[in-house]
Amino acid sequence: MLKNTNVKSVEHVVIRFSGDSGDGMQLAGNIFSNVSAGEGNQISTFPDYPAEIRAPQGTLSGVSGFQVNLGHAVHTPGDEADVLVAMNPAALKTNLKFLKSTGIIICDSDTFRPADLKKAEYTTDDPIKELGIDKRRVLLVPMTELVKRTLEGSGLDQKAMLKCKNMFALGLICWLFERPVDSVLAKLKAKFAKKPEIYEANAKVIRAGWDCGHNTHSYMPTYRVETESVEPGIYTDVNGNTATAWGLIMASEKSGRPLFLGSYPITPATDILHELAKRKDLGVKACQMEDEIAGVCSAIGASYAGHLAVTSTSGPGLALKSEAIGLAVMAELPLVVIDVQRGGPSTGLPTKTEQTDLMQALYGRNGESPICVLSAVSPTDCFHMAFEAARIAIEHMTPVILLTDAFIANGSSAWRVPEESEYPEIKVPFVTDEQLAAEWKPYKRIGENFARAWAIPGTKGAMHRVGGLEKDFETSVISNDGANHALMIETRRSKVAKIANSVPDLTIAGEKDADTILVGWGGTYGHLYTAMEELNADGNENHKVALAQFRYINPMPKNAIEDLSRFKRIIVAELNTGQFADYLQMHMPGHEILRINKVEGQPFLVKEIVDGVIKHIEQK
Amino acid sequence: MENNQNQYTPSDYKNKQSVRWCPGCGDHAILNVLHKAMAELQIPPEQTVVVSGIGCSSRLPYYMNTYGMHTIHGRAAAIATGVKTSRPDLTVWQISGDGDGLAIGGNHFIHAVRRNIDLNMLLFNNKIYGLTKGQYSPTTDRGTVTKSSPYGTTEDPFIPAELCFGARGTFFARSFDVALDTTKEVMVAAARHKGASVVEVLQNCMIFNNGAFAWFTDREERLNRTIHLRHGEKMLFGTDLDLGLVQDGFGLKAVKLGEDGYTIDDVLVHDAHCESNFLHQQLAMMDGHSLPIAIGVIRDVEAPSYETEVAKQVETVKAKKGFKNLRDMILKTTETWEVK
Repeated sequence: MLKNTNVKSVEHVVIRFSGDSGDGMQLAGNIFSNVSAGEGNQISTFPDYPAEIRAPQGTLSGVSGFQVNLGHAVHTPGDEADVLVAMNPAALKTNLKFLKSTGIIICDSDTFRPADLKKAEYTTDDPIKELGIDKRRVLLVPMTELVKRTLEGSGLDQKAMLKCKNMFALGLICWLFERPVDSVLAKLKAKFAKKPEIYEANAKVIRAGWDCGHNTHSYMPTYRVETESVEPGIYTDVNGNTATAWGLIMASEKSGRPLFLGSYPITPATDILHELAKRKDLGVKACQMEDEIAGVCSAIGASYAGHLAVTSTSGPGLALKSEAIGLAVMAELPLVVIDVQRGGPSTGLPTKTEQTDLMQALYGRNGESPICVLSAVSPTDCFHMAFEAARIAIEHMTPVILLTDAFIANGSSAWRVPEESEYPEIKVPFVTDEQLAAEWKPYKRIGENFARAWAIPGTKGAMHRVGGLEKDFETSVISNDGANHALMIETRRSKVAKIANSVPDLTIAGEKDADTILVGWGGTYGHLYTAMEELNADGNENHKVALAQFRYINPMPKNAIEDLSRFKRIIVAELNTGQFADYLQMHMPGHEILRINKVEGQPFLVKEIVDGVIKHIEQK
Repeated sequence: MENNQNQYTPSDYKNKQSVRWCPGCGDHAILNVLHKAMAELQIPPEQTVVVSGIGCSSRLPYYMNTYGMHTIHGRAAAIATGVKTSRPDLTVWQISGDGDGLAIGGNHFIHAVRRNIDLNMLLFNNKIYGLTKGQYSPTTDRGTVTKSSPYGTTEDPFIPAELCFGARGTFFARSFDVALDTTKEVMVAAARHKGASVVEVLQNCMIFNNGAFAWFTDREERLNRTIHLRHGEKMLFGTDLDLGLVQDGFGLKAVKLGEDGYTIDDVLVHDAHCESNFLHQQLAMMDGHSLPIAIGVIRDVEAPSYETEVAKQVETVKAKKGFKNLRDMILKTTETWEVK
């Protein structure tokens, strides 16, 4: 029996919902997260779903999970869960490893029938015992039966009834965490606005779940999670892909350039296409093309025609687009390429997260083909960095690759909806009448950033041809001259290098005077930040660290190398075998770049980073 | 309007660059005709975009005084799709050769046609790769000896019209390089057709496939080996226009008027606007042996064009939802909460 009967006050708590991929665990998890955010908790969520859309029911491969961390100072979805909801024995088996040794398990005991156990590859009839779980940590609830009883006489058939099981679990969790059922019902009502009978059934089941906790399990500890004061404003819950799409729309509004997306479905980037397809209501043209190449090519066409042009993809798609991106480099057209990284190579681990496309983004094209590469550090940062990618692309007339990853693309956090005035106008380098009246050439450099002017079809007197062939620096006419080619290569290189003048400095967080700096890039920020906090709080003077998370990778912020050089020990932690570390090493030949690497398709655990840093510190 | 009728002359569409195709190449003639066709259409050069891929014919945009893109191999149709979808106000021409358009770019070709996006797609078909110096292409006849098929090819070619109809094309026309008037006629018709217009121009490569079409394009043979189809007119051909096409069961047959009891009344009247492409396909497949090769506009039917439908949908949804901007949309469509 679980002994504590009082309310536990905690800084943050991690809950993991797991079940069959058709069990509605993502929905239950999402609603719970949003309600918690509304209560003033910080949230960070991470859906962990299988590559198969509907693997055989009840099997180990069909288990889908949703983890949420909520409370105060939350930067990651949490290493391990405090509470695990397992809707069947397969979910219990595959998710146990994500649970703290002291964590609580809530199970549907009606799914422990011999057939279920066999599908989940148990060899005995007692899964709890077989997995070596302390019985006192488990709350077995006959959910299936209770749901059926709750919905008796509702007119729903058995199948429809069982679909409500996720809401029973949600009700139970709401009781455990003192979440107001009314807020849950409000969200559910909005979701099922067009199906009132489904709403009614689900609402009944949620209440039944709550009552079940309240009436029969009052010996369980309930949690009161700390809230915190955040910047005033209007908040919503947003995942990285949606935030990316919205950041692009903001850039479109701030540049006055209509938004065009050419894309092709690919996990885990497709939600960007979905969101922008919906945003025809804001004038966005989102086109699903016949393949990845057509996706980027249509965007290049739209860019030439004067749009803010974007293509969204993941690693395999980026590989297919590389020749066309080279054309955008050569034609000097603004183009935003979003790569939501996943496990590779080849098809790899399509639904899992990795940071393994950095080298591809930096160098994966033929010829000397420099490109601006950015990364987003969190779900909500995707908004800002998508805006930045578009701003740089337009103001510098260049393609930009923005690297996000499956972890931040699918993960979500509470996000303050920015006011219109918070983002700057993007200055579009349209060709001017003065330039046209003088000796204008399509590839003539204008201004300090070396960009060329954007002459959009329809502009009188600016008819010009662009293309993949080399052209003369002075006349813009195609040229095979060797010396001119060298000059043009240098011009394109320095054009990208000059982007550094318009990006913010790299910020150093944590103990700025420490000997050690932990360095990361992209979506690992939350884990690195939490690791940094833990290391600085562990009382060991030697463990003190600073943290630098790169968002601007090529070019790097101007202060980056100098500021990093001050540290005795530079440790790069990343979800690959050392791509950024190698890149940094190239820029810092006099320093030894230490590494912490992981390529398991899963985000870091904070513990892995903490241990890795301590190991490096102890070695040198 | 009267004043503007001849605002633009062919030279307004032509730029000063020296044309670098081989002397005698069929592309020279097609380029000149294109300048003339554009002048006939009177669409301002700044409203015109010419997009090409890679290959001999794809050099064409450099010789135009319009907006233009010389892109990468095979991708002209996809890039042109982006230009036209984003800017339906522009007139977009897409230039591809048989390798560019039907081999490496085959996928984009069929999808542009299927989508019925309003592109004027000129397919320069010389049945050979010229720029890479003489390999067989997807339109090269079986058995042809080329540098990459020294013992003759062992595969059958695409018939571009068949691909076009297979992709549910709404416009197909054919001409050949030395038939200047016909080429201009079909280019103008293609531009006026709202939707994907495929124009196949058979074009002689002096260097690697010289004379491939001479057997029907030479002046003596031309009138007997080809038939110029015009909508609403009898399908007549021959030096004295005394030969005609008649229906023969499920197929077509060439007959001589006055022989075997055939009169002018038996000769089919061309209907380019017929919804069914059955007969259009029969006509396009005629190979110049028992039946003459069809030139002119073979199919020209109306259907919704992609970029118009996209733009319409955007306007409808925008008007219906009425969001002021991104923030307004977020506040109205997502669950939000206020922190004070």
